[in-house]
Formats: sequence, C-alpha cells, structure tokens
Amino acid sequence: MTVGLGKDLVGLAPLSPEQINLILDTAEPFKDVSERPIKKVPALRGKTIVNLFFEASTRTRISFEFAEKRLSADTVNVAASGSSVSKGETLVDTAKNLEAMRIDMVVMRHYSSGAAEFLGNRIRSNVINAGDGKHEHPTQALLDLLTLRDKYGRIAGLKVCLVGDVLHSRVARSNIWGLTKLGAQVAVCGPRSLLPRGVEELGVTVFDHVEDAIQWCDVLNVLRLQLERMEAGFIPSLREYYRVFGVTAERLEKAPHDVTIMHPGPMNRGVEIDSRVADGPHSVILDQVTNGVAVRMAVLYLLAGGKPELADAAKRGAAPD
Amino acid sequence: MPRPDRNTILDARALSRALQHMAVAIVAMAHGTDDLVLIGIQRRGVELAERIAKLIESDRGVTVPRGALDITLYRDDLETVGPKPVIGATHLPGDLADKHVVIVDDVLFTGRTVRAALDELADFGRPKRISLCVLIDRGGRELPIQADVVGKAVKTNAGDRVDVLVQELDGRDAVDLIRAVPKEVTA
Repeated sequence: MTVGLGKDLVGLAPLSPEQINLILDTAEPFKDVSERPIKKVPALRGKTIVNLFFEASTRTRISFEFAEKRLSADTVNVAASGSSVSKGETLVDTAKNLEAMRIDMVVMRHYSSGAAEFLGNRIRSNVINAGDGKHEHPTQALLDLLTLRDKYGRIAGLKVCLVGDVLHSRVARSNIWGLTKLGAQVAVCGPRSLLPRGVEELGVTVFDHVEDAIQWCDVLNVLRLQLERMEAGFIPSLREYYRVFGVTAERLEKAPHDVTIMHPGPMNRGVEIDSRVADGPHSVILDQVTNGVAVRMAVLYLLAGGKPELADAAKRGAAPD
Repeated sequence: MPRPDRNTILDARALSRALQHMAVAIVAMAHGTDDLVLIGIQRRGVELAERIAKLIESDRGVTVPRGALDITLYRDDLETVGPKPVIGATHLPGDLADKHVVIVDDVLFTGRTVRAALDELADFGRPKRISLCVLIDRGGRELPIQADVVGKAVKTNAGDRVDVLVQELDGRDAVDLIRAVPKEVTA
C-alpha cells in the first residue's frame, strides 16, 4: 500500500503513524546526500520555494534553506520586517501575490496558531508549517523523532519527558503528537504556571519535580525558557527557575541510567540547562541539527507536486497510483 | 476475464548460465579486473551485481569492488508520479576517478533509468569509462542508450511486463514475461 502526505504539512496531529514513519524512512537516504562530494540532487529542480518568516528564526530557516538548495530548488526568503507585511498587507494577499509570480511551495513561520492551515486552504502551493504560534512545529518534532530512532533503533516504549515551558511551546505539542502516535510514553515537567491545563488528557504524565522526571525517563527534551515569559509573570525569576527546574549535571548523576539530552535551541545556558549537560556525552543536540536538514529534505520531496486529493486518499489509507 | 499469459523466459539454471556468461563478458570488456567497479541499480540490479562480482572473484581470485545506486532523485518523471517512490540506499566503493564502472541492472527498456544513473554517477566523480550490463534487454528505447553486455534479448510490446525474480528478494530465481492482454472493446 502506498502512503502519501498530501498537499501541506501543518502539524503532526493530523498524520497517521504510517505517514510519520514514511517521512522518517525517507529522511534516511537524504542524510547521505549531505555527505556526498556534490551535496545536491536534482529532485526539485525548477521548483520555486518561498521561505515566509513572520517571526525571527535562525536554525529553522537556514535548515530549510539548505534542504531546499540540496534538492536543487530555487529559494527566496521573505521576512516580515522590511516587506509589505509591515505596511499592513494581509497574509493571504502576500501569499497570492507570491503565487502570481508562480511559486510552488511556501515554508511559513507565523506568530498566529493555525496560520499554516489557514493559508494551505487558500492557496494552490504546498504549505509547510515552520512553526505557527503555540500550535505546532512539525519538522522540529520529526527531527527529534529521527534523532531518537537513530540512537535507540525504535520510538515505541521510550520514556520521553519534555521539561520547561510546555504551555507556550509548539515544539512540545508536535512532540507529544509524534511520540504518542509512534508508541512512546510521554511526560511533561515544569512549573504549573507553564503547563497547559488538562495536558493529562493527551495521555501525558505530569511531574512537578525535575528529579522525579529524571528517575523515570530515558530522554529529556529540554525546552527553551522564553525570557519574555518571566516578564509576563509566569515565573518569579530565572535564577529560581534554574534552581528548581534547571537540568544540571548534579541532578542527572542521580539517574538510574543514562539520560539522553535534547534541546530544540536556541539554548539559554544556565537557565533551563547547565553547560556541562548541554556539552556532555549524552547530549544529542547537534545531531538534532544535522537531522533537521535530512527531515526537511524528506518533507519537501514528499510534498512537492502533492495535491489535496492525495491527502484525502492518504487519510483513507490508500493513495492513487 | 482472460488472464494475461505469463511465460518463464529464463528459469533458475538459465539465469545462472546467463550471469556466468555476463561475468566473463565483463572481464573481457574491461581487459581484466584491475580498475573494475560494479554498480548495481536499486533494487534487483544490486543483487545481480553482487552475484556477478562473486562469480568474477571465484574465477579470478581477486576482489571486485561494488556499490549500489538509487536513481529515484534523478528521475525525469518525479513530477508526474503520484505518491513519491521510496528511496533506497546509495553507497559507492570509494573514489570512482580512473575506474571502469560497469552499471548493472535487471531490465533495459526505455533507457531512462540509465540516463538518471549516468547523471548521478557524474555527481560522484569522473570514472575513466562507464559501461552498461543488463540481464534482459527488452527493446523499446526512448533514449540513445545501448547495453555493452546483455544476458538475454527479448522482443516485447510496450504494455508487456518483464519480472526478474531473485532468490534474495523473491525466494526464487527466474525471469517471467507477462504479455499484455489486448484491451477488449466494451459494448
């Protein structure tokens, strides 16, 4: 049976386990492309891709751009500041104008939850969500899954704990969807003010103490503490946060077995994570970055030319040949 | 419903003889095995290259480097295929510069796979020579490409199918030709 992805990638919530595995399996050969003497294949030759970023991003935008270039696509970067967006143009108008210049795909980061799906339903081009508000950041979760699969050979049965600001984290949401769909056990840990109410209903365990999470888990995915949250009163101070929830070498020493450390970046060393942990032997933080390019190549490859009919067919569990 | 007729054109013994003949022809063409590299095209070409390499090795007492090439990302019809094809592994035995590369595939038909393989190999280096070796040449070329070594040539029509079965993937060795059933006129 052939599985497709359809037209857009807005999140992991709508995907089946088969579709997630298809992306991870497809990412494997793309890892090798980045190791070739000529780091380029012609799969997306002639495709034009716009990276439309309404929010700041370094890693994700550069990772997407490498992925696009290594597939031979032509790329244009549009940042909200310095474009007509700052003159009040609506999202759909911006995208329709880009489409009038005959683009094929849009990679978008937006501050509003649901922006990617909204746009995908209104333009012909394929839309890939590079993070929308507090909703999802699917390619980040996919690269996390790929990194875990590389390390453990499987996802099912792994115990993964997301530590920190789960409330505002689209990375956490996408990870929870992806991990649970592939059979991992998921927990969250953080101050109650930074955990979404009712998170248990997603099938997630809640730890109030990071020490307890460390006793339980195989993997800690340490989320960035967004500094603006402190100003908004979610936590009393950064120093107190580090004292209570910081992932430190001393805390990890008490773990019954080695704990793999992940972080989606950018890190605040000395706030959510200790440098000795971030640079330690169990950190896979830079592997995550390497895998990001491969996973994004896989998503671009699988979506290119995809149409809504294929998505519907894929949801029914079959796709036309 | 008429069934398409399936004929075995090579049985296990004939397939084995064909591979033996191809191994000898490759060594003759390459004037020995010094610079020889066999590259199988995913998937069945990889198995065939492996078998031919072993035949050459047991005959000549040398090691023949071999690799695997997946040409999916170099296809000229990626745009039009429905769900994207699964991509296999590509691994080459070191630098190809100054090597005589022999591409091994199961069936030569339109020639488009070989075109893609030539483009992909060029991205890995500059062999001194590239040759083509196929188990079955079924005619029907759409590009100016010919094989240097052929196991068996078969005349086919566009709608026919040639199935190469190998022990490693299919549980038995055989080559079957499935003739297309002429479309019935519906009343």
